Amino acid sequence: MSLFSQVWTILWKDIRCELRSKQMWAGMGLFALLVLVIFNFAFDLRVENKAAVAPGALWVAFVFASFLGLGRTIAAEREKGSFDRLLLCPVDRKAIYLAKLLGNVLFIGVVEIVALPVFAILFNVPFAIDGLLPIVLLGTIGIASVGTLFSAMAAATQARELLLPILVFPLIVPIVIACVRATGALMVVTANEPPWLGLIAAFDVIFLSLSTILFEYVIEE
Amino acid sequence: MSSSTPYLAILGVKKSFGLKPILRGVNLSIQAGERVALLGANGAGKTTLLRILAGLSRPGEGKVTIDGLDLLQQTREVRRKVGFVAHQPYLYDDLTALENLLFFARMYAVEHPQTRATNLLLRVGLQKKARERASSLSRGQLQRLALARALLHSPRLLLLDEPDTGLDQEGLELLNELLQEHRAQGGTILFTTHDLEVAIQRSDQIAMLRNGRVAYQQATSNLEQESIRQAYEEVVR
Repeated sequence: MSLFSQVWTILWKDIRCELRSKQMWAGMGLFALLVLVIFNFAFDLRVENKAAVAPGALWVAFVFASFLGLGRTIAAEREKGSFDRLLLCPVDRKAIYLAKLLGNVLFIGVVEIVALPVFAILFNVPFAIDGLLPIVLLGTIGIASVGTLFSAMAAATQARELLLPILVFPLIVPIVIACVRATGALMVVTANEPPWLGLIAAFDVIFLSLSTILFEYVIEE
Repeated sequence: MSSSTPYLAILGVKKSFGLKPILRGVNLSIQAGERVALLGANGAGKTTLLRILAGLSRPGEGKVTIDGLDLLQQTREVRRKVGFVAHQPYLYDDLTALENLLFFARMYAVEHPQTRATNLLLRVGLQKKARERASSLSRGQLQRLALARALLHSPRLLLLDEPDTGLDQEGLELLNELLQEHRAQGGTILFTTHDLEVAIQRSDQIAMLRNGRVAYQQATSNLEQESIRQAYEEVVR
């Protein structure tokens, strides 16, 4: 069985389970919308400071909502014991990691698709979808690649809800900063901006490569 | 592999959780086709040993070979040869009984997964529950489904951690039949139980764990049941 088939089989199982339970999507989506609404009321959104505030609000909503899903990715299976059963199968550990990562990117992506129009309406920002999509996609891959690795690590502990953000936040700071600045640059064109998208892509490659290699050791008992 | 080489060889296996030693040097050999019952008091290390043999946990020290393959070096090959039933079913609640089996059949690259899964559901008496989610099945039905899953890839070695859990009389008879069929096909079985009568009935050999070591190991055919009971009282109780 090829790595691709293994990844697809696990991913399809996760999608099917999530479609039936709706535990993650509903919670993450609602949370992201609530954060955006709260920020909309909390900040002074006059035209001159909108570009400074809106991208931060958007990415804080995405990151916080992501953590709700990332925390459940492996923890839910660990609690029920089915993750052990998955580990018993003669499959490459990379396949398990990649399937969980793709699942997270998909689940977070759906939440982002729902949250983006709400963000555009609430913050009254021009919606440059063609420019925003690559930032959101690459940012999500970066957050999910680190988050998936550490969710496996945190799932084996009792204080997993507390541990996961403590472990992941410091590592994803560069990605979040780059995503916020790149999103801001879409709203107000400024000169001499660093190539934020390239930086996010570089972080993605580094985190994805390291996480794929390290996952095998993280899940060892 | 020669007939004298044990199918499963456990050599000096040690395992600790933190500073607490659970296994202090387990040695056990099982020949191909043998059925071995592993007895021991709660906390003796039975489940820990089975988890190590299944490849779920790494031993701190020692060596395990299954069918001549080193468990630590050739883990993936070993996994193909092992079927494991834990004392909890560990199935996906949101998948149906059939989907659970199909998922694992694909993970083990079983040929004709649909046919194999359907046949096993029929064999364990769950054909009418095939389209029902695992969350709606009773404890006994889940245990039957877990047994079916363990047999999906036709493993040569079955590791069963208290497989009777949750089974009614009919389920117990089914379990005995499945184990006999497995043995008739040349399969090897290592199971844990707290019930000495069950151990004597189902096994060719009894091993008892105490203080993280095998304190007693005898073939059941060579011994009077009374002497086994006596050993059980001394070692386990």
